Parts: sequence; structure tokens; C-alpha cells
Amino acid sequence: MNVTELRKIANRIRRRDLRAVFEAGAGHIGGEMSVIDILTALYFHVLNVDPAAPLAPNRDRLVLSKGHTACALYVTLAERGFIPQEEISTFLKPRSRLNGHPNCTKVPGVETNTGPLGHGLPVGVGMAVAAGLSRASWRTFVITGDGELQEGSNWEAIMAAAQFKLDSLTLVVDHNRLQQGARVADTNNLAPLAVKLESFGWAVEEIDGHDMEQICKALSPGVATTGKPKCVIAHTNKGHGISFMSDDVAWHHKVPSREQYERAMVELEVARAEIEEAA
Amino acid sequence: MELSVRSTELHDCRDAFTETLMAIASENPDVIAVCNDSVGSSKLGAFRERWPERLVNVGIAEQNLVGVGAGLANGGKLPFVCAAACFLTGRALEQIKADVAYSDANVKLCGISSGVAYGELGPTHHSAEDFAWIRAIPNIAVVAPADRIETSAATEWSASFEGPVFLRISRVGVPDLFSEGHTFELGKADMLRDGSDLTIIANGTLTHRAISAAELLARRGVSARVLNLATVRPIDEDRIIAAALDTGAIVTCEEHTIFGGLGSAVAEVVVDHAPVPMKRLGIPGSFAPTGSASFLLDEFGMSPAGIAQSAMELLARKA
Repeated sequence: MNVTELRKIANRIRRRDLRAVFEAGAGHIGGEMSVIDILTALYFHVLNVDPAAPLAPNRDRLVLSKGHTACALYVTLAERGFIPQEEISTFLKPRSRLNGHPNCTKVPGVETNTGPLGHGLPVGVGMAVAAGLSRASWRTFVITGDGELQEGSNWEAIMAAAQFKLDSLTLVVDHNRLQQGARVADTNNLAPLAVKLESFGWAVEEIDGHDMEQICKALSPGVATTGKPKCVIAHTNKGHGISFMSDDVAWHHKVPSREQYERAMVELEVARAEIEEAA
Repeated sequence: MELSVRSTELHDCRDAFTETLMAIASENPDVIAVCNDSVGSSKLGAFRERWPERLVNVGIAEQNLVGVGAGLANGGKLPFVCAAACFLTGRALEQIKADVAYSDANVKLCGISSGVAYGELGPTHHSAEDFAWIRAIPNIAVVAPADRIETSAATEWSASFEGPVFLRISRVGVPDLFSEGHTFELGKADMLRDGSDLTIIANGTLTHRAISAAELLARRGVSARVLNLATVRPIDEDRIIAAALDTGAIVTCEEHTIFGGLGSAVAEVVVDHAPVPMKRLGIPGSFAPTGSASFLLDEFGMSPAGIAQSAMELLARKA
């Protein structure tokens, strides 16, 4: 799929996500806006997945380790045909399968249950080991937040992935520089992240996590370094695409008022018009 | 059926576990052993020698250990995640909850050297809380076999069962109780000995002690039923209710704290359906003093004579 189409889809997902969070009165909108371009590139350009056969043995695996941004995943899965579009309106409603964190036993397309941080990468390592043992060619992708990398379990998995030479594994760090309460740098700084991962034996690439061309290039097959797991550090903005949310720690899980919602929607509509005009 | 301790020879159930695991693995190429540097303590040396690729050793990293197990299951493998029970459950409890049980991953968690098996190494290495912790999590079977034959049967069963299992395997030598060919049935307690005055319920390394206690009681004219409750979850409500109604008193014995384990699980059933006097034997809510596993079990009143003594005291309370 071409980059313009992907941008259109990402814009549509942002608008649906914003509406879902506004209507549900809860969500993690900041981290959702930061990860949506990555999710869009994966589901519409990179991943070999089939909504008609969500458990096909040779599918690519994606684990959204930052499970609190589940709404963005649900909207993306709906857009890709894994769940009905109209189901998004049930997000967080009593007995909806669209919980605040994704549940693989209920939602097709979800691979493992996430929510507590630092769980996705170890599971991703196991998936990549399984692919290797089966001599299968499917790939495993894990998306973590940046603050999430403060969890020690990630570093257990980072060491193991290098030890096992898991070159079918790609970690995408949604590096929006903010965690729930403050800047990552002011809390428990990860810098220099690329240097750390390289020293742990990973191939590292840094990209603009909102540049669709760069995301697609970094995640497409054939660019992996043989024998090394790959980390794509995607530099993003929390709340990206909505000016008054962007890079503001207050928008971790704040819910927009009606006025803010309408302003945000206008901004996203303008962005849509710009994408279409440029096409 | 009256089952007694078949010989005084003691066996390490880990041997039966790994022998069975290897038998299953030779039939099913998807079987993977996952461990945390515990090749020796989980007795996986022969497995590694035969299938080096299928032994995934993540090093000393239990959170990753369990996560990797869940990922392997997602990738179509049948992982047996083996580690000292204390670290497997204590260190990786959230992974057991979220990645395995809640995600319904087909992972077999094998808690090796459970209970006070590590004896003198002390409470850091005792796994005296695992029944309580795992039992509190939905969607995971909790199984503690009593001898090498049941260990083998339960291991074989776990490979054919689709879903999360916690298998508790001791290193403390136990005599043979079951006959060769015994099959394991999830959620089914075995009546090893019938009796009418009271029931002793135990599992794991305590079952043979319970049988010996029943023999001591018989000499004193007391007829004790013995149930082997290998499955702590899902629990055999019918056999427990029948024991309460038929015998009117229950003693439980476990290599675990008396808070939240087998005794608590039995008491929950009894209190809901057929209240009778009970005595829960186990580790009494304190960190164990220095001593071997055998010393500690005796110290906590679970020598055959100690169990018989508690049974006599309980009988006195019976209406």
C-alpha cells in the first residue's frame, strides 16, 4: 500500500480513536496518538496477517506491549477487518470484549494479553524462538513504550534475544519521551537508548515514528542484520496530531471535554484534507 | 481399596518427571523444555543431550522464562517451563497470571523442589506459598503428585491437556504408593484407604505420611479414610463432601503454609457444603527454622505419629 493511503488510514484511525475515548470517557489518548502511525504501517503494509484466519500458524505476530493503548489497537483491527467497525462503540462498556487492555481470548488479532508493562517482549522472544525451531519464516514484532523499558523484565528479554540470535524479532520502541507522571528523562532516564541496545547485541535504527515512509522502510523484510534482533527506536510525540495534546504529559489518560474534542476533530479533519490534497 | 506404602525404598519424583517428559518429547517434536539455568536441578541433562535445540535456557531470569513459555505456546509449541518452584512462582507470578492463565496459553509450569524440599537452604528457597498464589489465579490447574508413578501419570496427562497447568514436583524421596499403569484424572481425589471415624487429606510428599498415620490410628482402633488430593484446583468437591458426611472430621496435611493451600481449599468446600471439625496441618504461618525437609515436616507435626496425634485430638472435638 502506498504511503498516502497509509496516511489516510492513520488519520481515520486517529479520528475514530479520539471519538471512542471521548464517548467512553476513558482511554490513553496520548500514547494512542503516538503509536497509531506505527500500528497503521504494520497492519496495512508490513504484517502478513489475514482477518479471515487470525490464528493461521504462519502469520506474523504483533504484540502491543503497551497494552493501555488498546483502543488504538481495536480501531486498527476494526479498520483491517478483524472485528466489526461498529463494535468500537462498545469500548469499555459493560461486558464488551473491548476491555481497557487487550484480551487475546476474546479479540481476534490480539496475540497475548498485555497491560502490566514489561510483558510483551519476553513473550515476543518466545514467539521468535518458536519460529526458529519450526524453521518458519514468520516474523515477530513487539511495540513497547519508552517508559516501559524501565521494567527489568524487558532487559532479561533483550539479553535473551541477542543470545538466541533472533533476527526474526523486531522491537519497536514508541519513544514519545513521556511516561504517565513526567518526562522519562526526569524519572529514570533511558538515554542513550540506542547505545544501550547496541551494546546488548541488537541492530538499532532510529526513525521519525510519524513519517510513514521511514516506518515502512524500517519494518519491511530484508533489512534485518543476520543473527541480531532489531530495535527500531521510533521518535514520536505523545498526543501527535492534536496540537494542544502533543508532547504534554497531562494527556496520558486525560479525556477531552466536548469543546476540546471538537477542536481536536477539526484539526484531524484539516490534516485529512491536507493528505488528500497532496495526493 | 486399601493402599499402603509399598516399600520403604524412596524415589526422587524428578526422575519420573524427566523420564516421562522425554518419552512425550520423543513422540511430539513440539515439546520444548524451558529452564532458568536449572538444567541440573530440573534434571534436564539427558533432555539437553538428546535435543539440544529443544532445551531453551533463558538464564537466571524468571520473568523472561515464563514470558518465553507463553510465546512458545503462541508459536505452536508445547512448552514445559521448569524451575525451582519458589522462583518460578514467586518471581514470575504476574507473568503466570497475565501471559499464561489470562492469555490461556498452553504452558506447563513445572515447579521443581517445591515445599520445604530445599530444607536447610532456608525460607528463601522454600516454596510454601505456591498453592495459595496459583490457586487464586483463574484458569490454571494446580497438581501435586504423591509418588513417582503419579508424577509420571500427571506429566503425561498435562501434555494432552489443552491449557495452563502448574505441576508441583518435589525432590524429597517418597515411597511408591500407586501401581504401575495408574492414570491421572484432573480434579479427582483418590481414596487410598477407606475409614469411618475421620478423613486425612494430603498430597505430594505428605500422602505417604498420611497413610502411615492411618495405619498407626488403626492400631488404636480408629478408622481413618485417606484421600490423596493431587489436584488442588479444580478441587474434587464430591469426594470432600462425602468424606465430611461419612466420617465427620477432616485432618489436612500439606508441605505448604496452612494459609491458602490444600487445607484452606478443603475447608472452603467443607464450610460451604458440610461443616465438620477440621485440623489443618502444614507450615504454621512462620518462616521455617533450619533443618532438612524431613526434619521440618516432623517439626510441624507431620510425622505419621504427629498426624495421628492431631487426628486423636480432632476426634475428641467431634460431636
